Amino acid sequence: MCLGIPGQIVEILDPAEHRATADVDGVRREVNVGLVMGDAGGIKVGDWVLIHVGFAMTKIDEEEAASTLDFIKQLGSVYDDEIRDFSAEAPL
Amino acid sequence: MSEGPGDEGSRRDYSHEDEVLERIEAWRRRRPKLKDEFINSAHGAGGKASAALIDAVFLEAFRNKSLETMADGAVLELPSGERVAFSTDGYVVKPRRFPGGSVGDLAVNGTVNDLAMMGAVPQWISAGFIIEDGFSITELRDLVADMAAAALKAGVQIVTGDTKVVNKGACDGVYITTAGVGVIPPHIHLDAKAVRPGDKVIVSGKIGDHGVAVLIARGDLALEADIPTDSAPLGELVEHLLAAAPNTRFLRDPTRGGVATVLNELAREAEVAVVMEESALPIRNIVNGACEILGIDPLYVANEGKLVAVVPGEEVEAALAALKAHPFGVDAAVIGEIRDDPPGIVLLNTVFGGNRIVDMLVGDPLPRIC
Amino acid sequence: MKFVDEYRDPAAARDILRHITQLAEGNHYKFMEVCGGHTHTIYKHGIENVLPETVELVHGPGCPVCVIPMGRVDDAIAVAETPGVIFTSFGDMMRVPGGNGNLLEAKARGADVRMVYSPLDALRIAVANPDKQVVFFAVGFETTAPSTAVTVMKAMQKGVTNFSLFCNHVTIVPPLKAILDSPDLRLNGFLGPGHVSTVIGNRPYRFVPEKYGLPLVTAGFEPLDILQAILMLLRQIDEGRCEVENQYTRAVPEHGNLKALEILNEVFELRPHFEWRGLGFISQSALKLREKYAPWDAELRFSVPGVRVADPKACQCGEVLKGVIKPWECKVFGTACTPETPIGTCMVSSEGACAAYYNYGRFTKHQTVPVELTRSKTPEPV
Repeated sequence: MCLGIPGQIVEILDPAEHRATADVDGVRREVNVGLVMGDAGGIKVGDWVLIHVGFAMTKIDEEEAASTLDFIKQLGSVYDDEIRDFSAEAPL
Repeated sequence: MSEGPGDEGSRRDYSHEDEVLERIEAWRRRRPKLKDEFINSAHGAGGKASAALIDAVFLEAFRNKSLETMADGAVLELPSGERVAFSTDGYVVKPRRFPGGSVGDLAVNGTVNDLAMMGAVPQWISAGFIIEDGFSITELRDLVADMAAAALKAGVQIVTGDTKVVNKGACDGVYITTAGVGVIPPHIHLDAKAVRPGDKVIVSGKIGDHGVAVLIARGDLALEADIPTDSAPLGELVEHLLAAAPNTRFLRDPTRGGVATVLNELAREAEVAVVMEESALPIRNIVNGACEILGIDPLYVANEGKLVAVVPGEEVEAALAALKAHPFGVDAAVIGEIRDDPPGIVLLNTVFGGNRIVDMLVGDPLPRIC
Repeated sequence: MKFVDEYRDPAAARDILRHITQLAEGNHYKFMEVCGGHTHTIYKHGIENVLPETVELVHGPGCPVCVIPMGRVDDAIAVAETPGVIFTSFGDMMRVPGGNGNLLEAKARGADVRMVYSPLDALRIAVANPDKQVVFFAVGFETTAPSTAVTVMKAMQKGVTNFSLFCNHVTIVPPLKAILDSPDLRLNGFLGPGHVSTVIGNRPYRFVPEKYGLPLVTAGFEPLDILQAILMLLRQIDEGRCEVENQYTRAVPEHGNLKALEILNEVFELRPHFEWRGLGFISQSALKLREKYAPWDAELRFSVPGVRVADPKACQCGEVLKGVIKPWECKVFGTACTPETPIGTCMVSSEGACAAYYNYGRFTKHQTVPVELTRSKTPEPV
């Protein structure tokens, strides 16, 4: 029951009724943003949200997304550094 | 390796698991049993339930050699020695009109394509109409105009037909059944059983367009997207393909049930394994997006203007070139290959580096909501 | 797709896997993923293929479709077959078998059963069909319950009286406790349910390290998320830590979604107990509408049989749901119980461990041999 898709808000249809349009790779659907309107900054066009059964559940934090990816990419370089250091030290 | 924290004993013991898997494969090879007493939507979806119905009800009663081959149509031999391909299909799509086309286009192109997949040159089509009392003649004219245009484009003639009117409520608007006949050139022999390990699997273009277009056009899911159907007549495309790659083993159009269903049918009929590369599957971003939202797998979604071809390795370059040179094949791509093991199974190497099975469809591809 | 494709990058995966393999070496770790969505991702991408043998994933009971007892499905069908009812449901629930077949079969017999993508769609159908009774089959954990709650509030606000809920929402903490209290199980940690956590946050899981001494990492749903979460679990173990961590920081706020929690509390209350398929009766584990919203409760509006139907004797769903046995170890797996002839719900829902394994993972151990997409060489003469 966990299918959540990232989508971008492209239009606010009716702020009072919490209706907005989200875009997922060119496909558009009306979503209810009532659960995320209270977030800092509210909801505006351009925000990315996680969509589940027609509702925006949370705003996707682009900074956190970037830092998650950075961490993952770092792992590669850390490992390479270790290999380099190890080979430098190891007596042959 | 020392025993560490966690359960001792149940490492991945493949031997026991293998036994279970073998038992399952033996079970799956049995003739599909039909246990249902009433028809349900799964029986029309093109997957396991459809196969069970056809086997238990129709094949059982009509049993003959031509029918048993269970291809898209029948290959009949005339006294002169010429071979003729004969196919039929019913068209009940709802809504009747969708972005890029209508049931009229499908009714002609669908049967044309079935004939083309047998290597025949589609020539003559029959069209039967079952029409609900009160149906708009204007709409009927529009659908028939679409059929005429499609026939012209496909180079076929609608030479005979029938019309029946049923009471209001006895059918949903109009149902169209078309049948088609075409001659198979003498040197063409397409057969699933000709497929060999090492052969490559080609798809003629981007997948998933038609099924998604119709699902969206239905309106229940409240999606908006610019996705037209890909309905197209493939007779000429096939001619060009077979001219460039005369040893093409097998052709089928991935309609109901999608590419996955065609490949599963092939794997079974030829007793080979089909292995696909997920990264090679051609699909439009927007179609992929729609499938992600709906939770459906594009491999199971219907296409109405595409073909799947199995071609020996040495002819692949020529085959691709011929397809790409034709307007209906510009996005053709090699998506996989035939192997001998595990037989009867379709595997997908995931983008991520793992693999999974792509099994025969069960039931209707209900969008996975959760 | 943004926020999806980047998390499926195989090159990045190789790096995480190297670290995982290094940290897990010499031991054998069993981590349970609670959420059905994780089970689905793991099989869809073939993640078990790429993990080293020292790390094993055990599939838990986080599939809210899988845990609906047969008797409740029968109740749903009874409502659907009531004249004048339009019964709406998510797709997954339509093929779950009750004692007498499933909703799809009821539809074939003439019931007006419709698939919807959102509970709001069901409300719209009610507004468009004022002469009919529209019922929504509400299923799901805390991820989905707030959406149902908003829909009920809207129904009240707009005075839509021909709409009601057949409520089967459940909560995630009780089955987690049931797993942890189960004597048969030996686990080393958990992958926490990412989307449930967007609502409840991470704090509700604190009892897992604090009371049971096992680490839990809330994980996202893309392959890299899952690998990173596994790495975080291994690092905790390696460093002697035991705590709740959040891998899915881009979507899960530490405290969850306060608005959603408020709405949940406004509309729902906990049932004293509820039957979970395979896990038995668990107290305070499911939701029902509060008194204020009783007029929208289908169980009060319609009479349902409410009969408890025992699982078929052959069914071992309970053991699969608790991760005690693997799908293929169930005696009827793949023979009597298949996706087309499911005996238990683990096989019906595409997130159920058995369905996922049957449909995707049967050849998991099969080595991934890439396909050469360009023309193959002409075979050498033997």
